[in-house]
Amino acid sequence: MKGVAITGMGILSSIGNSVEENFDSLRNEKLAITRIENITTVHADVIKVGEIKKTNQELIDELQLTADNNFSRTALIGTLAAKQAVENAGISSINEFRTGLISATSVGGMDMTEKHYYDYFTNPELIKYIGCHDGGDVAEKIANELGLKGMVTTISTACSSAANAIMLGARLIKNGKLDRVIVGGTDALAKFTINGFKTLMILSDGYNKPFDNNRKGLNLGEAAAFLVLESDEIVKKQNKKVLARVSGYGNANDAFHQTASSENGDGAFLAMKKAFEISGLKPSEIDYINVHGTATPNNDLSEGRAILRIYQDEKVPDFSSTKPFTGHTLAAAAAIEAVYSVLAIQNGIVYPNLNFETPMEEFDLQPQTTLKNKNIEHVLSNSFGFGGNCSTLIFSKD
Amino acid sequence: MKKKTYINGVGCISTQKTFDTVFLEEAAYNQNDTVLSIIKPDYKDFISPASSRRMAKGVKNGIVASALAMKDANTENVDMIISGTGMGCIEDSEKFLKNILDNNEEFLTPTSFIQSTHNTVGAQIALTLQCKGYNFTYVNGAISFESALLDAKMQIEEDEANTVLVGGIDENADYTLSLFKLAGFIKKEQDQPFNLLTETSPGVVYGEGASFFILENEKKENTYAEILDVEIINTLEENEVETQIVSFLKANQLQISDVDAVVLGFNGDATFDGYYKNLAENTFAQTPQLYYKHLSGEYNTASAFALWMASKIIKTQEIPEIVKVNQVEKPVYKTILLYNQYNGKNHSFTLLSK
Repeated sequence: MKGVAITGMGILSSIGNSVEENFDSLRNEKLAITRIENITTVHADVIKVGEIKKTNQELIDELQLTADNNFSRTALIGTLAAKQAVENAGISSINEFRTGLISATSVGGMDMTEKHYYDYFTNPELIKYIGCHDGGDVAEKIANELGLKGMVTTISTACSSAANAIMLGARLIKNGKLDRVIVGGTDALAKFTINGFKTLMILSDGYNKPFDNNRKGLNLGEAAAFLVLESDEIVKKQNKKVLARVSGYGNANDAFHQTASSENGDGAFLAMKKAFEISGLKPSEIDYINVHGTATPNNDLSEGRAILRIYQDEKVPDFSSTKPFTGHTLAAAAAIEAVYSVLAIQNGIVYPNLNFETPMEEFDLQPQTTLKNKNIEHVLSNSFGFGGNCSTLIFSKD
Repeated sequence: MKKKTYINGVGCISTQKTFDTVFLEEAAYNQNDTVLSIIKPDYKDFISPASSRRMAKGVKNGIVASALAMKDANTENVDMIISGTGMGCIEDSEKFLKNILDNNEEFLTPTSFIQSTHNTVGAQIALTLQCKGYNFTYVNGAISFESALLDAKMQIEEDEANTVLVGGIDENADYTLSLFKLAGFIKKEQDQPFNLLTETSPGVVYGEGASFFILENEKKENTYAEILDVEIINTLEENEVETQIVSFLKANQLQISDVDAVVLGFNGDATFDGYYKNLAENTFAQTPQLYYKHLSGEYNTASAFALWMASKIIKTQEIPEIVKVNQVEKPVYKTILLYNQYNGKNHSFTLLSK
């Protein structure tokens, strides 16, 4: 099958505030994992994060919001990324077609809630932030800023959220419910998630090393990315440039544990299998796998085993995790990696899996460690989340 | 040809007695409280005490409501689990956040963080049922549940699933409620007694609940209703709603006069109930009108309670007095339209047929 057309992209991450900046960092191996600056936390000297080096005020100024706005940081970076995507797709009249917005977030407005939690009762000026806690508020604000009036919803399935938003968007277009959907995800860094992952003891104190035998855990990151999906009718009518296509997708549940992945990666295996079914592609046709690769001991083992189950006796294609560049950006991860997948197809590039030194002892799988130029027709991208939520997307050249 | 979607089982935990009942015969209209709490089922009939201790209220209610729906549909397996929740697992979020703030980010344990993730209910049900299929959770205010419903309907239409478990869950948590009161989302005590249809004060009476449904592509003896269509629109002005309804009905080869009952999301917030009053006084003046938030309370997935109610009405062909807005009656209740919005945003239209 041909897949659903991607006609625009926008992104903010620690490695850049535009698609071009992100690509430049990826190509030049410029990772951005640093000490945290925008949040006061007792863990500041221990952890390293992928942080967007802009204060909320700088983001507010960029969006030209009034002083009485109640945007969470998640909404600020989400709006900027969504605006970029819409502009990139050359959309001037947002409600001209049946247009929807499918966002994804895990923390929502938690960054504001945790900052002001006990001060609401003493400082009336803060009360405006009470309503920006929930995940839906983020999408609401993005839609408002875009002037989009149609279908707006949000998916929250932890770290696979944005993959599922892209999946739903593609299905809404295939089903004929919508003509155009802006899909993606956004998550800002928060004390809540920093401490959550810290208590789970899966935060690295150094730089994350996906698929390395000595990996010690993940670096958290913050990011937002949105893509514009459009029906073939619009593409044809407006002679749109198609950046790439969403050709396959699958979601499955590991049904094993609330936070840990099963040893053989059942959920991951089923998600990839489903994505192949939808796309009609064979595993051997994939040129590059952008793995979930969080660099936690559990994820990489489980994901690696699932990939080996898919490929059986066949050669596993070039694969790498881009999380050493950006950190794990939770609900936004699949959206930024969708942008990276499209860029890989457009530019014929396999990104290096930075920080890798020692192959894992459990299996014979080695990521691509240097930048590699080759023709790429199809990219498979994995994203897995808490609650056993496993998602796979396949992107293909137009 | 697209497959049709049937509601073949329902389960509802709410602020009324809605389990171990026929319908709403034991329902009571509480006009004095600003926050309504669920009537607890006997959790130990459904969840082992060891698991139960670790679970927040919303997770437990979700598990019970989904078990009730499955039992009602006579099914032991589902292909997919799709949930909606506006605020997510807010009890555990509160707990973890308070621990962070009170202990200056030290001495934390992961349990409440793990359970605070929005998709915990869907995940726990999947674990219980060992369901490895598609599992989505929607979190978008008042249309969280309708997003799940629309997704489930598309899955059945596309023949991706035969049986889908779909539900809406929200739980109350103390501190968040106190913030909602502070922000004026919840009505003030001094404005009681509340009469949701004639309120002049702003804010709502808050509630909580969990309603689950078994949707299947096959009509059975125990089928409640067919879901004809679901539509979600973020922004509509008051004067645009009627036009929207007319075109929604038209897309389903129906017109206003074909609607045998309309379920309206009146929540007593004088600022936004005009959206419903307009319809009640004009568009649907000759149509039986029903409301429910005086029983369920207002919460992000209260509209799942409405779907439970409408399903029961189509199956039993009876409308309980307590939910009637007007006294118009119809000999047969074949087609029911549900309309909901919150603060003039997140509008949803759901169409059911016998």
